[in-house]
Amino acid sequence: MDFMLSKQHEMARSLFREFAEKEVKPLAQEVDETEVFPRATVEKMAKAGFMGIPVPKEYGGQGCDILTYAMCVEELSKVCGTTGVIVSAHTSLCCDPILTYGTEEQKQKYLPDLAAGRKIGAFGLTEPGAGTDAQGQQTKAVLDGDDYIINGSKIFITNGKEADVYVIFAVTGTVEKRGRMIKEISAFIVEKGTPGFTFGTKEKKMGIRGSSTYELIFTDCRVPKENLLGKLGEGFKIAMHTLDGGRIGIASQALGLAEGALETTINYVKERKQFGRAIGAFQNTQFQLADMATKVEAAQLLVYKAAMAKATQKVYSVEAAKAKLYAAEVAMEVTTKAVQLHGGYGYTREYDVERMMRDAKITEIYEGTSEVQRMVISGALLK
Amino acid sequence: MKIVVCIKQVPDTKGGVKFNPDGTLDRGAMLTIMNPDDKAGLEAALRLKDQYGAEVTVITMGLPKAEEVLREAMAMGADKGILVTDRVLGGADTWATSQTLAGAIRNLEYDLIITGRQAIDGDTAQVGPQISEHLGIPVISYAQKIEVEGDSVIVERQYDDRYHVLKAKMPCLVTALAELNEPRYMTPGGIFDAYNAEITVWGRADLKDVDDSNLGLKGSPTQIAKASDKVRKGAGEKVTLDPTESVDYIIGKLKEKHVI
Repeated sequence: MDFMLSKQHEMARSLFREFAEKEVKPLAQEVDETEVFPRATVEKMAKAGFMGIPVPKEYGGQGCDILTYAMCVEELSKVCGTTGVIVSAHTSLCCDPILTYGTEEQKQKYLPDLAAGRKIGAFGLTEPGAGTDAQGQQTKAVLDGDDYIINGSKIFITNGKEADVYVIFAVTGTVEKRGRMIKEISAFIVEKGTPGFTFGTKEKKMGIRGSSTYELIFTDCRVPKENLLGKLGEGFKIAMHTLDGGRIGIASQALGLAEGALETTINYVKERKQFGRAIGAFQNTQFQLADMATKVEAAQLLVYKAAMAKATQKVYSVEAAKAKLYAAEVAMEVTTKAVQLHGGYGYTREYDVERMMRDAKITEIYEGTSEVQRMVISGALLK
Repeated sequence: MKIVVCIKQVPDTKGGVKFNPDGTLDRGAMLTIMNPDDKAGLEAALRLKDQYGAEVTVITMGLPKAEEVLREAMAMGADKGILVTDRVLGGADTWATSQTLAGAIRNLEYDLIITGRQAIDGDTAQVGPQISEHLGIPVISYAQKIEVEGDSVIVERQYDDRYHVLKAKMPCLVTALAELNEPRYMTPGGIFDAYNAEITVWGRADLKDVDDSNLGLKGSPTQIAKASDKVRKGAGEKVTLDPTESVDYIIGKLKEKHVI
C-alpha cells in the first residue's frame, strides 16, 4: 500500500495551488463581502481546463481521474469556499449525470461547452418540501406531444442564475413498489432561456456567499422529450448516483477549507505575541494544532480513497458518505478552532478564518446532511 | 514553422539556495521552477503556434531531474521535449552551456530559437547570444514583443527608456524578457499527456560538432572563487522617538559607522 501521489498528481496539485494563490485568494474576501459570483475567475478556470477535469477528451474535457478533480476543488477551497463549490456543482452535479446517463446526442450537444467552461452547469433536486426526503418532490413533468411540460419550483440551487444547463428532477407519474404507490421521478436537461423557466429569489447565505444560490421556477416550461436524461422513471436513481459523486466534491471542498484554516492559523500563531511570546509557544496552541493537523490528514485520506473508489468501483456510496461526513465535520471543527486561536481578530472579517468558518457550515448540510451520510453508512453496515 | 525554446530549471529562491563544495549550485537539493524569462519565451512560442501553427520543441540541459521542467513545458502546450544530460557536462559555465545547447540544436530543424534573456540563478544573459554565435545566426535580445511576418521576425527590443523595432530573417534567435507576456497555466489534461509522452534524452555523444575542450567544468573558462547565499538581514533596531530626536539619533548612528 502506497500513500504517495504520482508525479502527475503532484504536478496537478502544484498547478491548482498556484492558480488558487494567484487568481482566487486575492478576491476571496471581496467575493464574500459583495456576494458577487466570481465570473472572471470562472473564465480563467475555464481557460485552464478546470471546468471539465474528469470529462473524457472526446467530449472536450481534460480526461483526468476523479482524484485530480478532487484535488482541484480542495486547493481552490483552501483559499475560497465559493470558488470550490462552483467547480464542484458544475462538474459533479451537471457534467457527471450527463456523461453517465446521457445519450450520445446529449453528450455531444452539452458536454463540450460544459467541459470547456463556455457554459456552466447546475442541478435542481431540492424543493421547499423535498430536502433530505427527495421523494417529496412536487415539481411535475407531463408529456404533451413531443414535449414535457414542467411545472413547479426548486430551491437552494448552486450556480442558480449563472448556469446555462440544468439537470432538473420532476415527477412523471406514480408506480407501485412493494404494494404501495410511490412517485415516479425522471430527470431532464433544461437550458437557460427556455420559455417558462425563470428565477425566483436569491438566497442570502451565511457562507459561500459568492456562489449564486437561487430558486428556479418552472411555469408551463416546455422541454423537448429528447431532453429526458436517462430512462423515464430513472430520476431517483440518477439523483442518488449523482449525489454520491457530488459528495466527493463537497468532501474535497470541506477538506480544503480545513486545510486553509490550519495553514492560516499556523502562520498566525508564529506571529501573534501574548505575554511576551508567540502564542505558538504555548502548549495549548501546540496541542490544538496537532489535533487539527491529524484530523485534516485523516479527512484527506478518506476523501482520496473515495475519489479512487469512484474511479475503480461501480458503487461507492459508502466511501463517499464517509468522506463527506468526516471531512465536513473536520472542516467545522478545525475552522472553529482556527477562529478561537485567532482570538478577537479571528471573529472579524479582516481575517480569513472568519469566512472559512462560515463557509464550512454548509458542508455539513448540502448534498446530503451529515445525518443522511450516517444513514447511508449505517444502512450498509446493517444490510 | 519550427520553434526551439531553450528552458532551464532554476532554484526556487523562496526555498533557499544550497551549494556544492566547489561553489556550484547543488541543484538536486533545491526546490525548482522554470526560469521566468524562459517561461515567457515558451509562452511567446506557444502564442506563435496558436496564431500561425508551429511545432514547439523545448530543450534543456541539466540533471535527469530537469525532465520535470520539460514535462511542465509540454503540459503548457509544447510538442516535444529534449533533455541533454551527461556527467561530463556538469559544472558548465555559460560558454560550455551554450556550446552544449548549440551542439544539441544542430541536430534539429528550426526557424526560430527562443531563449530567456537570463536565468535567475546566474543572471549572465550570455547563453542565448552565444548559442546564436555558435550556430551562425542573427540574435535579437531583450524581446518585449515578437511577431512573425513571412520569413522574418519583427521584435521590439527593450531598452531602459525606449525600444527598438528590429526585423530579422529566420532562422534567428530571440532572447525573451519575463515582461513579454503572462504565461499560460498548464492544463490538468496536459500534465497527464506530458507524462505519457516520450522525452528525448541526449548525452555527450549526441552533440554535433562540439569539441570536448568546450564542455563541462573543464571546458568552462569561468572559475568560481567563492559563492555564498544572500546575507539575511536581521530585524534591525527599533527606537521610538519624536521626529527631531529621531533625526539626531540616525545622524549619530551614521557618523558612528563613518557613513557620513
